[in-house]
Amino acid sequence: MKWSAGILLFILLLAIVGPWASPHAFQDTNFDAVLRSPGIAEAHFFGTDEFGRDLFSRTLLGTRITLMVAVVASLVSLIIGVSYGAIAGYVGGRVDAVMMRFVDTLYAMPFIFFVILLMVTFEQNFLLIFVAIGAINWLDMARIVRGQTLSLRKREFIDAARLTGVGTARIIFRHIAPNLIGIVIVYLTLTIPQAILVESFLSFLGLGVQEPQTSLGSLVNGGVKQMEGAPWMLLIPAVLLATMLMCFNFLGDALRDFFDARHSL
Amino acid sequence: MLRYALLRLLGAIPTLLLVIVLAFLMVHAAPGGPFDDARSPHPEVLAAIEATYHLDEPVVQQLGRYLGGLLRGDLGPSFRYPDYSVSELIGIGFPASLKLGVLAMSLAILVGVSAGTFAALRQGSMTDRVVMSFSMTGISIPVFVVAPVLVLLFAVKLHWLPAGWSGSAGVAKYIVPVVTLALPQIAYIARLTRASMIEVLSRDFIRTARAQGLGTRAIIRIHALKPAMLPVLSYMGPAIAAILTGSVVVEQVFGIPGLGASFVNGALNRDYTLVLGIVIFYAALIIALNLVVDLLYGVIDPQVRQR
Repeated sequence: MKWSAGILLFILLLAIVGPWASPHAFQDTNFDAVLRSPGIAEAHFFGTDEFGRDLFSRTLLGTRITLMVAVVASLVSLIIGVSYGAIAGYVGGRVDAVMMRFVDTLYAMPFIFFVILLMVTFEQNFLLIFVAIGAINWLDMARIVRGQTLSLRKREFIDAARLTGVGTARIIFRHIAPNLIGIVIVYLTLTIPQAILVESFLSFLGLGVQEPQTSLGSLVNGGVKQMEGAPWMLLIPAVLLATMLMCFNFLGDALRDFFDARHSL
Repeated sequence: MLRYALLRLLGAIPTLLLVIVLAFLMVHAAPGGPFDDARSPHPEVLAAIEATYHLDEPVVQQLGRYLGGLLRGDLGPSFRYPDYSVSELIGIGFPASLKLGVLAMSLAILVGVSAGTFAALRQGSMTDRVVMSFSMTGISIPVFVVAPVLVLLFAVKLHWLPAGWSGSAGVAKYIVPVVTLALPQIAYIARLTRASMIEVLSRDFIRTARAQGLGTRAIIRIHALKPAMLPVLSYMGPAIAAILTGSVVVEQVFGIPGLGASFVNGALNRDYTLVLGIVIFYAALIIALNLVVDLLYGVIDPQVRQR
């Protein structure tokens, strides 16, 4: 767990600082240095791609964009999921049954295909990727939050609030929601890798982040096209992406076991 | 049981209808028509094309026409391949995808359940920890990373496998794609099986069986496997969806002419009707398979039937 956190922190730091510190700009082409293999010559640490663009700075930029999309998308899913789950859990009864039945229905849907449909019909832009990924990932969050809210609403302090005349909306967002923070943060560490996965999947298919911007998914896709002559173009972003996902999953799993033994797998 | 089955079936119909209407409206809310690109044809030609595809009608009427066509299995014409209808394109791509998916799912269940049981019986041991670490890795690494790396390794470097699809024959070409597709599911099923097997093995009826002198092998096979499979069975729905999603990538990377590949091509070519048709087809497939899983659940667990 400490290892996972350390590696993630290091990658995060590189992603934030890296694109400025790198000796080459990510979008600069140089047709005299095409498909160079990694090395310290000319400071192309990760080599160059078929347009002679420096892969070190592109990889760092890709990591930064991937992480950014994942964090924002997770926040979108957090807002939807917490509101939905808290309302269903607090109001309870028939409303809860209908709301949770709706979540079950959505679970059965091939969401990723809807996202692709969305990407096809509307012009691909950043905002849409955030919203689309966030719109998929809120279901788990809603379920967890509802479960917690169900047990919270029977507690004395909620009764006390109701007796002193606090309105329903205020109880949900001022009294219930703050008590959910712990579990929500734990599940957020598991939502972020899911969001990374969706974003890089879309970018891999060419439907996500567009040139000249890049993400780890698009870099893997670019690497596939050149893998016979320049395997590093595939391997570097692939290993980085896998490492990131693995660290997030290990970290999330450990946190979940620690805070929430019931749901451990 | 029959009543339960009918109720589930009735519940699936509105879900499917919702998916269809949602997907249809999403495509029609798109800014710009499918035929206006850089070299727009003459306005009159465009009007004629739109009239051919009924794009000049109000959306509600188009939706009605589309739903009517769906009942007859007609998903409309493809906008990019005018010689084919969407149903024909799905018919061409589906067999390869089906084979891939069924093989991957069988492999995932077989290996996942075995590995999970194996680890559960040795809980806390080194073997257990190795199996669990492997499965965590398997869950974390996405299919679109595993697939090209395996191609690089086995086809480009070692020349053990044919890199292309059409030029080669036999089962060899299926091995790597199926393993790639199954890998994350193997990992997930192994974890689920391990957890539920450990839980089941600690119950009283297992202790009774053991006290009667039954061996571990027989206990697992006769008593423990069935109840331990319930969480795995309820994971089948998401697993099916994940295999379908994964097959999009696997087909793309290995060059398999399946449904996933035509879906991506349709998406990149903005072939609205093809993408819409495939989304609806996938949704219907997933909903139908979820229904089957639900019914199987009823068969295995009598408590579910009585609800």
